[in-house]
Amino acid sequence: MADDRTFFNEMLDDAGGARSPYSRLAAWLEDKPANFLTKKSRDAETIFRRLGITFAVYGAEEATERLIPFDPIPRIISASEWRRLSAGIDQRVRALNAFMHDIYHRQEILRAGIVPADLVLQNEAFLPEMAGFTPARKVYAHIIGTDLVRVSENEFYVLEDNTRTPSGVSYMMENRETMMRLFPELFQTHAVAPVEQYPELLRRTLESVAPDPAKSAQTIVVLTPGIYNSAYFEHAFLADSMGVELVEGRDLFVDAGKVFMRTTRQPEQVDVIYRRIDDAFLDPLTFNPDSMLGVPGLFDAYRAGNVTICNAPGTGIADDKAIYAYVPDIIEFYTGQKPILNNVPTWNCSRPDDLAYVLDNLADIVVKEVHGSGGYGMLIGPTASKREIAEFRKVLETTPSNYIAQPTLALSACPTHVASGVAPRHVDLRPFVLIGDQVRITPGGLTRVALKKGSLVVNSSQGGGTKDTWVLED
Amino acid sequence: MLGRTASSLFWMSRYHERAQNVARLLEVAYRGAIMSHRGQEHGTHWAFALACSGCEPEFKEKYDEVNIRNVAVFLLFSKENPVSVRNSLELARNNARAVRTGITAELWEAINTTWIEFNEVNPQTITQERLPDFLAWVNQRAHLFRGALLNTVLRNDGYFFSQMGNFVERADNTARILNTQYWSLLPDSDIVDDGSMEKYQWSAILRALSGRRSYRFAYPNARLRAFNIAEFLILRKEMPRSLAHCYNWIADTAEDLAQFYSAQEPSLDLAKEIALSLSEKQMREIYQDGLHDYLTDFIGRNNQFAFELSKDYNFS
Repeated sequence: MADDRTFFNEMLDDAGGARSPYSRLAAWLEDKPANFLTKKSRDAETIFRRLGITFAVYGAEEATERLIPFDPIPRIISASEWRRLSAGIDQRVRALNAFMHDIYHRQEILRAGIVPADLVLQNEAFLPEMAGFTPARKVYAHIIGTDLVRVSENEFYVLEDNTRTPSGVSYMMENRETMMRLFPELFQTHAVAPVEQYPELLRRTLESVAPDPAKSAQTIVVLTPGIYNSAYFEHAFLADSMGVELVEGRDLFVDAGKVFMRTTRQPEQVDVIYRRIDDAFLDPLTFNPDSMLGVPGLFDAYRAGNVTICNAPGTGIADDKAIYAYVPDIIEFYTGQKPILNNVPTWNCSRPDDLAYVLDNLADIVVKEVHGSGGYGMLIGPTASKREIAEFRKVLETTPSNYIAQPTLALSACPTHVASGVAPRHVDLRPFVLIGDQVRITPGGLTRVALKKGSLVVNSSQGGGTKDTWVLED
Repeated sequence: MLGRTASSLFWMSRYHERAQNVARLLEVAYRGAIMSHRGQEHGTHWAFALACSGCEPEFKEKYDEVNIRNVAVFLLFSKENPVSVRNSLELARNNARAVRTGITAELWEAINTTWIEFNEVNPQTITQERLPDFLAWVNQRAHLFRGALLNTVLRNDGYFFSQMGNFVERADNTARILNTQYWSLLPDSDIVDDGSMEKYQWSAILRALSGRRSYRFAYPNARLRAFNIAEFLILRKEMPRSLAHCYNWIADTAEDLAQFYSAQEPSLDLAKEIALSLSEKQMREIYQDGLHDYLTDFIGRNNQFAFELSKDYNFS
């Protein structure tokens, strides 16, 4: 599927000339000696390691902190391409928030039969505890990382909406910092839209959804599971760059329906919690009683309107893989408009017809676990061996409702530094969206790149790397 | 500031100080061992390092023979030795990582780079020949940490807690070294002046506390005497590792904390009380009451202070 003639090359057109956003970069690359990028990659690695930009790997005795490989060649998006993308993202995140407000209140969309009621109400990600509660400004998902892939000049697809606790934004920022150190000259020849304002915008977004937005100073905290969490660096990075405390569950307690943090002096009341722990671990009294990470009584304080939790509990329903197929309908239902961004056609294996089709075409399609993430528990037909396909077929026949399937997309490719020089590698894109008093989309995002030739799996846990993403200004 | 943050800053400094102290003990033992011309004495020097770092029992459980290889590996790299340099550096870094938001980039890079480079060292390559260079490196990294702390960190509560951790550990280390060797510091030791064991203990103690040269400036006739060494390391404020100096610093920091929070706490009173008693004390009185008892009592009070501090400021 992914051979050289069948994917969209973001840098080179069919005649081998540079597409206009890349014209200067292509010329610059041409000019550089062979070992130039190798040396720059090494410099970048040193910077990342020094700063401690690592992610934790479980199960490995040694080297439990690893670097995500960083590719020094930027991915470039033109101003007009970005305008269309961001309009589509804006439309999508507004619709998803409207959807959540609806299903946790009057459930009009279920009554209208647009989304099957069972799919929502029986879904593990649907939290009955949220029913009837309205969060500040009716916003449920305040921070969203929309995963997009590109297949041609004008075709982008949304792969996933990531409405729970999307990560990766620290890489967007640190990749940019690193690029500015490595290649200052490129920033003089390219009008790259800045991303450094993200923490400030995140803070404003969180302040705008505080229980009492009129209060002059809001106490905001970032709630982390702790230093052993794989994304700990990002949690610390965000707290630091917003200028707020980074807390663990044990630093917080609830008294008389209000949330406080334990300081060296008097307890200090907390207004907004940007949590980076899952719903199940938020409050052992309401959810998982075995959780050591959460804060007993937090959910009651939340429902009493004394603290805002971002993202709200129960936002997992909006990025559930089974709900995903209905997002175009969800957009039309709440906005009255056609979706700007495409959904990938999706077969729901719980439907017999769909399952039959999927089983007949396993070698050509991608099958994903409904609740899986991180590139685990999936089958990529075109690159899988016959045995892998046969094994997956058995699993699929036993528990079809755990799976959805999608056609294999020919992900676009960007020039990437590899052992043999520069070669196209497949990429995806995760821009970061903030939803509060406004919808704010930072021009850029996290580009993940599959470093292996022909590979379509970009996840860092599966050998993917990252690139700086440049949105050019007009 | 979170109580947990205060605690992490306290322990970050404390563990870093500990790493340096253990490395210095090893340096002293190494020096003693190569200077000694009689083979059977080697064990004594390494035993000194084990005893002063307080991990002799753990060592004996694991090893039969006290020699350079075993002691160096145990004190530097062992995961089973709670006071090994490796464990202290890791704990210092974990605490720093837990308060990544509360420390400067310079300080973080100093700690993190030390840990990364330490981890890249294969213990097998640290032979007797390479040991001094490696220990010197550990020492320099510790100075870099302290320098980054003093030069880049805002003078607020976080800084004050880090200073408390640093000097509580240093006072503990000095008192322990003196206490394990107290018999060589009794005044009658002065009579034995035949160039044998006692003198080795004296210079070893001074070296272990970076006081070998400064002693000669503090005591004009420069001769090593048990009384002077004990006084130098317990009561002389100008000696940066003396108990008096440590508590001078702790008492000043207590004053800073009281002002910062506009509140006096019991632990701060205790700090000042210990500092005052050290500044009023005469070495003669300490000998009269018993050096060993005095040091044992001090170690207890120092621990008590650290405990009270953690209570008053909600360390968790």
